[in-house]
Amino acid sequence: MYAFDFERPTSLSAALKALGREDAQALAGGQTLIPTLKARLAQPSSLVSLSALAELKGVRKDDAGRVCIGATTPHAVVAREAAGDYPALAALAGQIGDPAVRNRGTIGGSLANNDPSACYPAAALASNAMIVTNDREIAADDFFEGMFATALEEGEIITEVRFPVPQAASYLKFEQPASRFALVGAYVAKFADGVRVAITGASEEGVFRWEAAEQALSKDFSAEAVKALAAPAADGMIGDLHGSSEYRAHLVRVMTARAVAAAR
Amino acid sequence: MTKVSMTVNGKSVSGEVEGRTLLVDFLREGLELTGTHVGCDTSQCGACVVHVDGEAVKSCSIFAAEAEGAEVTTIEGMAAPDGTLSPLQQAFQDHHGLQCGFCTPGMVMSAAALLKENPRPTEAEVRDYLEGNLCRCTGYHNIVKAIMAASGQEAAVAAE
Repeated sequence: MYAFDFERPTSLSAALKALGREDAQALAGGQTLIPTLKARLAQPSSLVSLSALAELKGVRKDDAGRVCIGATTPHAVVAREAAGDYPALAALAGQIGDPAVRNRGTIGGSLANNDPSACYPAAALASNAMIVTNDREIAADDFFEGMFATALEEGEIITEVRFPVPQAASYLKFEQPASRFALVGAYVAKFADGVRVAITGASEEGVFRWEAAEQALSKDFSAEAVKALAAPAADGMIGDLHGSSEYRAHLVRVMTARAVAAAR
Repeated sequence: MTKVSMTVNGKSVSGEVEGRTLLVDFLREGLELTGTHVGCDTSQCGACVVHVDGEAVKSCSIFAAEAEGAEVTTIEGMAAPDGTLSPLQQAFQDHHGLQCGFCTPGMVMSAAALLKENPRPTEAEVRDYLEGNLCRCTGYHNIVKAIMAASGQEAAVAAE
């Protein structure tokens, strides 16, 4: 790895100050960023570790009943501590990567990176989560801006993610057999005022809402309602050696139907 | 260079590291604890798993400076000071849970983390927990047997 400056501030204000410097990069759990640095796909001149900021860690419930997760809370902690209040979200967190990765990787890091195959973006989008930063609140609908792109400004960091809890929800991913990343993952969330469906792994634009399925499921929350739909257009879906764009489009419908059947 | 201090296998240690120094490099090169292995260096194989504050972590994917003040346990910390193997290590030996042995330090550390969290796992839970530990001798069958035995379950392990 090439050399860079490394800082581990102990207060949010000190972290923001350090991140204000040119070419500084925030480091959360590092489970994506460290391999990226090793491959020199990113070469920031300084890294600002967020791991010593206790205020960014933890799972709580707010007065509105939302499950609120601090940005640097590792997946393993979400899997344990959100299991009672939001089981579908906890189950998703418990299936990211492998156990050692889940002990380090964080929700804030995953959302800020917005990998097109990541799991958490689907949870945030389907749950209509609010992404809180040091500066503002961003609705999930406005946060994801395409593959590896988000609404975050330079030097802005996520501090917390607030999830409204649906009446029923489920996330199912079809794993790419070697990497176990989602070839396609579908997150279905049924709220009193309608159903939201977010798809990860499939689109060249990153995570997206499958609106045709949302409309059908809002009328009839059943796997049959999804099976009666046409698969979304293959145009714009990722096509690579693991699966063609047509195959991914097909999986969108299959995995959404399975997620509906599994929703609790 | 910055100074880092942590507790490794019960001993207080400190050393000078660069920002980019990975925990595994600090352990292997700084402390000469070469039991922790680097296999893939891309956080996939799990040969470098150690415990940081009691949790399994891939030490190739955490900077040494991130472990400042932490309690770290490596494979060298598993046996008793007189060299007597821990029950889990002994089970690996008894069940031939290793062939070339390269992945073994990571396997043992991951298995120890599993058994702490879930003292009587099912065979499926053991296999699932080892998702991030690769054995290229294809020795999983006996590794699973060893972990089941270490958990006090002499269950017959189905062939993969």
